[in-house]
Amino acid sequence: MNGPAESSGPRTLAEKIWASHVVRSADGEPDLLYIDLHLVHEVTSPQAFDGLRAAGRKVRRPDLTIATEDHNVPTTGITGPGVPLIGPGSPVTDPVSRTQVQALRKNAEEFDIRLYPMGDAGQGIVHVIGPQMGLTQPGLTIVCGDSHTSTHGAMGALAFGIGTSEVEHVLATQTLPSVKPKTMAITVDGALPEGVSAKDLILAIIAQVGTGGGQGFIVEYRGAAIRALSMEGRLTVCNMSIEFGARAGLIAPDEVTFEYLKGRPHAPSGAEWDAAVAYWRTLASDEDAVFDAEVTVDAAALAPYVTWGTNPGQALPLSAAVPDPAAIADADAALAAEHALAYMGLAAGTPLRDVKVDTVFVGSCTNGRLSDLRAAAEVLRGRQVADGVRMLVVPGSMEVRRLAEEEGLHEVFTTAGAEWRSAGCSMCLAMNPDKLAPGERSASTSNRNFEGRQGKGGRTHLVSPAVAAATAVTGRLAAPADL
Amino acid sequence: MQPFTTHTGRAVPLRRTNVDTDQIIPASYLKRVSRDGFGDGLFAAWREEPSFVLNQPRYDGATILVAGLDFATGSSREHAVWALMDYGFKAVIAPRFGDIFRNNATKAGLLPVVLHEKSVLVLQEAAEEDPAPEITVDLTAREIRVDSGTHGGLVAPFEIDNYTRWRLMEGLDDIGLTLRHEDAISAFEATRPAWLPATA
Repeated sequence: MNGPAESSGPRTLAEKIWASHVVRSADGEPDLLYIDLHLVHEVTSPQAFDGLRAAGRKVRRPDLTIATEDHNVPTTGITGPGVPLIGPGSPVTDPVSRTQVQALRKNAEEFDIRLYPMGDAGQGIVHVIGPQMGLTQPGLTIVCGDSHTSTHGAMGALAFGIGTSEVEHVLATQTLPSVKPKTMAITVDGALPEGVSAKDLILAIIAQVGTGGGQGFIVEYRGAAIRALSMEGRLTVCNMSIEFGARAGLIAPDEVTFEYLKGRPHAPSGAEWDAAVAYWRTLASDEDAVFDAEVTVDAAALAPYVTWGTNPGQALPLSAAVPDPAAIADADAALAAEHALAYMGLAAGTPLRDVKVDTVFVGSCTNGRLSDLRAAAEVLRGRQVADGVRMLVVPGSMEVRRLAEEEGLHEVFTTAGAEWRSAGCSMCLAMNPDKLAPGERSASTSNRNFEGRQGKGGRTHLVSPAVAAATAVTGRLAAPADL
Repeated sequence: MQPFTTHTGRAVPLRRTNVDTDQIIPASYLKRVSRDGFGDGLFAAWREEPSFVLNQPRYDGATILVAGLDFATGSSREHAVWALMDYGFKAVIAPRFGDIFRNNATKAGLLPVVLHEKSVLVLQEAAEEDPAPEITVDLTAREIRVDSGTHGGLVAPFEIDNYTRWRLMEGLDDIGLTLRHEDAISAFEATRPAWLPATA
């Protein structure tokens, strides 16, 4: 973190950030890495705070720690700041959820951590509010007890998900013992065709690399198509790095990053801004840096993608048909496909465009930002959600909700027959009341199509916001071009 | 955490690849604020199927899970580790694990054993054929042994880094180890530029 680190041969972006955060290095031991920002939410933290209490420890750096209520909170009945958690008027009807949110509030108060509670203008999904507030910055190390922490890598930070024991470790020490992963470059050459989004790109990458293909790697996304993405598109790509097993995914900071950050509440300003930008410009991988693995993707060959199975790698272009397990050469993959089709209630050979859905979900840390809502609204403007289809639009943060309402997007959604909700993780993982019923099928802009992810027995097809909106209109998986 | 040196027990074969942590413990169980009692949610949806391997009485009391490629991918929920341990598992053997799960397991004292796919298959087939023979997971010697049954005599070495092995064998608290270097942490903090973001 002390300016450009020593010039010891060409290095990658990830290696530079790593080197500048090593507190202690010893032979045969993991490096002790300093953590610049620790994001906390109600689900993976209560046991960590209990551990601190049991050992009589404090939070070392409350000023580098921030908390939000996102996983459990309902997306209806949020009347504003100060909405009660307990008693009459509380939108949280599940007593177990209430206890968990209450535990976070108690812990944040006891350990002096800034918390954005349900109803607050700053509340939102942990991976949406970090970049939005300008807390997420290039060159930082960022952790959170959540696997989608990789999202923050889009701004040139080294960001990864950790478990509760590690949450406790970071709270107590502001460091994490870590073994340096290998590096992988995923270079996306060319330009994405019209109508192909960041979400389609990452689904295609996962399908190409396979769900375990990134295991043990920090991935850097590079190439013309990545450079051409907006900041929010980059956040979508990095968000799903964990879905092919990568420890983290990042993108070198550039003018797009600086433009996005400038003027945000926690971004540096004045002379400090200039110093920061000068430092950030040194972070990009050196031209002759060597990666342990390289993958190339041809952007021009891509199309809108949709998942057909029960892991994010089981994806195909929307124009394809449900695959036949018998035609899959690898025995494990064939068996997995067979299980997936049985769970999904799909027959091999069915065109994906013929698959009917009951629910459409637009939201999550993958696709719950303003540009995602704009993309969905654009398709819905002047159209109607099909009879029998329920469409939920859940902004990623209350700030996204406010900005969308300023543009009148909420009216586009409600006029079309969709439900306009408050911020939270919502139907991405169904820890709040937003869930699928058994057998119900969704088109969802979230990140996981695992069995039961959106509700026990629910069936999920992962899609982009534009495909989600077009699907809502036709009631079957569809792209805007099909309307 | 409890020290782990060697464990001998019977095995359960889980013949699936890409078992994500949502399957190991569904989100509806994550609302609890304790570390205990997650065993009842272990593989909750699959356990509703009478034929699911954990429902077969012949595997009652087994303590070693022998899983497929990419076990415990996805969500960072350490509850997956707690659920496996609460159910009675001491070790999980698989050809490859989700990174976060593997970290979580070694912090909580559940041993994740990365074993070659062929050896995993042999162990799975052996446990399917006859669940009675015991398997020894020997962290000291870094090997899996089967002493009896049709596969008696099988010895399969596995790799684990020295540091993690030492921590597990001693049952050491990671935080305590790090706090021995508090001076280094403070020294590092003194060099951080003032413009770095703070949440306060």
